Amino acid sequence: MQDKSIFPPGASTEETLATHPDAALRVAITGGTSGLGLALVREFLARGASVAFVARGAERVDRVAREHPGAHGIAGDVSAKNDIYPIAVQIAGELGGLDVLINNASDLGPAPLALLGDTDCTEFERALATNVLGPFRLTKALLGALAASARENGAAVVLNISSDAAIDAYPGWGAYGASKAALLHLTRIWNEELASEGVHFVSLDPGDMDTPMHALAVPDGNPAVLKRPETAAREVADAITATLARCVPAGATEGDRR
Amino acid sequence: MTPASQPIQRPPDAKLLVIEKNGRITHMPRVSFAGLLRPGDLVVANDATALPASLRGVHSPTGWPVEVRLAGRRSLDEVCCFTAIVFGAGDFRSRTEDRPAPPRLKPGDRLTLGPLSGTIERLLDHPRLVDLHLDGPADAIWSGLARHGRPIQYAYVPVPLELWDAWSLVAGTPVAFEPPSAGFALDWRTLERIRSRDAAFATLTHTAGISSTGDMELDLRLPFDEPYRISKSTASAVESARAHGSRIIAIGTTVVRALEHAASQDGRVHAGDGLATQRIGPGSQLRVVDAILTGVHAPGTSHHQLLQAFADGATLRRAGKELDAMSYRTHEFGDSVLIERKPCGNRQATRTRPTL
Repeated sequence: MQDKSIFPPGASTEETLATHPDAALRVAITGGTSGLGLALVREFLARGASVAFVARGAERVDRVAREHPGAHGIAGDVSAKNDIYPIAVQIAGELGGLDVLINNASDLGPAPLALLGDTDCTEFERALATNVLGPFRLTKALLGALAASARENGAAVVLNISSDAAIDAYPGWGAYGASKAALLHLTRIWNEELASEGVHFVSLDPGDMDTPMHALAVPDGNPAVLKRPETAAREVADAITATLARCVPAGATEGDRR
Repeated sequence: MTPASQPIQRPPDAKLLVIEKNGRITHMPRVSFAGLLRPGDLVVANDATALPASLRGVHSPTGWPVEVRLAGRRSLDEVCCFTAIVFGAGDFRSRTEDRPAPPRLKPGDRLTLGPLSGTIERLLDHPRLVDLHLDGPADAIWSGLARHGRPIQYAYVPVPLELWDAWSLVAGTPVAFEPPSAGFALDWRTLERIRSRDAAFATLTHTAGISSTGDMELDLRLPFDEPYRISKSTASAVESARAHGSRIIAIGTTVVRALEHAASQDGRVHAGDGLATQRIGPGSQLRVVDAILTGVHAPGTSHHQLLQAFADGATLRRAGKELDAMSYRTHEFGDSVLIERKPCGNRQATRTRPTL
């Protein structure tokens, strides 16, 4: 069953999102001012969703919010414990609840990439704080909102951006790979625990993209052979649509999703 | 009864006093709550969490320091207009009763509250109760509240509360003024247990107001009108449970207020937004809620008034003696009480119900 609320505007539905703002899917995206995160903000706005995005730099957040009318910009650092609840207050408050959380913000660890033996503990800790603890804390703070959405609409989704480095042991990618492996396992366990509440957890590896993070990791790479973040964003949005469609129980009608 | 002074939502030794509908009183660990449920029971909690509603700032005309406590609102959606209580200098460390009055407030007075600012639109028949209009677009107000606001807090908890202390595990949207703290008893394991007993769990959103103003005259006006929202799925779960003669168990007084208000028109709980304006007390006939899990409330408070719709004064006095004797802790981080509604004529005639 397709969910009409994330059809692109202009799709043949009788209710336009302009006249029914409540019809929009409520989506929060971390790391939303560059790379895949920014492409996700644009993709979900184009699909008619209500979007809140989080990033560290207040000026960039303001600029992206100005350039994308309708998107709610939130300045905050997901790796900082004391930022999590202020971020959660703004996400749930500005969107009036939450249907989809995308934990996209990531830290590469040492840049340039370093062998584990050469990796500073502080750099390793920073990767864990951004890639594991941050998504854990933010998801936990927003779990009540997500579960409320799932009770009302049949399903809610947390999508955590993963990497092949979460599975394969690439020399030089120790901090990033270990933290992404932890995030992958966190996602799987959380999904086991909360699928019965209707909150579904999905890992998605978008592949090698032409993003600032990839340039940091592979400075002499050829961007032309990399995936465009826009393409990856479309795949992420499709995966979320598919999860919602699969998990909304039979009997729920399209109108049941706000 | 002593106040719980540590901000721990689920102390491992939390106690539960149960008043059965025949008036019998028993005690158990609170973690055993889900074990009291029967197949078909519907547990309804409030998924609102508290705004960071305590705002320090300055009364611009006089330069005096003030603390503004946001305390009421007209709707769930707007974030610019609040009913607020203004205190003079100081903070939660002084008992609210001992807080100095604010400077003399007039309509049009400007307040600077950290990154936020606003205007007092009118006084509400009391020198410290005002309608406050915050400046700026909604996102800027949310950002200011999230960064500068603190949870409303009282002197019996000595350490400053963090936002997470006031945010229950099932809480969703920050639209209330104090946390609906009966929900602190719930965790995800409990929800799992509810499900495993073939009982169901639902939530509504109710903007729980403040519990104390520090002013006798104002306290008599509590609770203020409180907007709430009931989703379609919750309304249908409630009606389905009622149709099957199953029990509706409210987690907290706010859930009772919302459900009973929603059913006040034609007896059915409808989905949608409402404004709970009624007072529930000894004379109130409950139409929806069969039992309440709530905190330990002192006689004389509006919360305790509401409990008298569930059990008569004599039973509550008996329970009060046991709460004292067994050293139950009061307030939001305290122990809990579960009361099943005493039988009343009308409903008993038409419905039979299992006992706890």
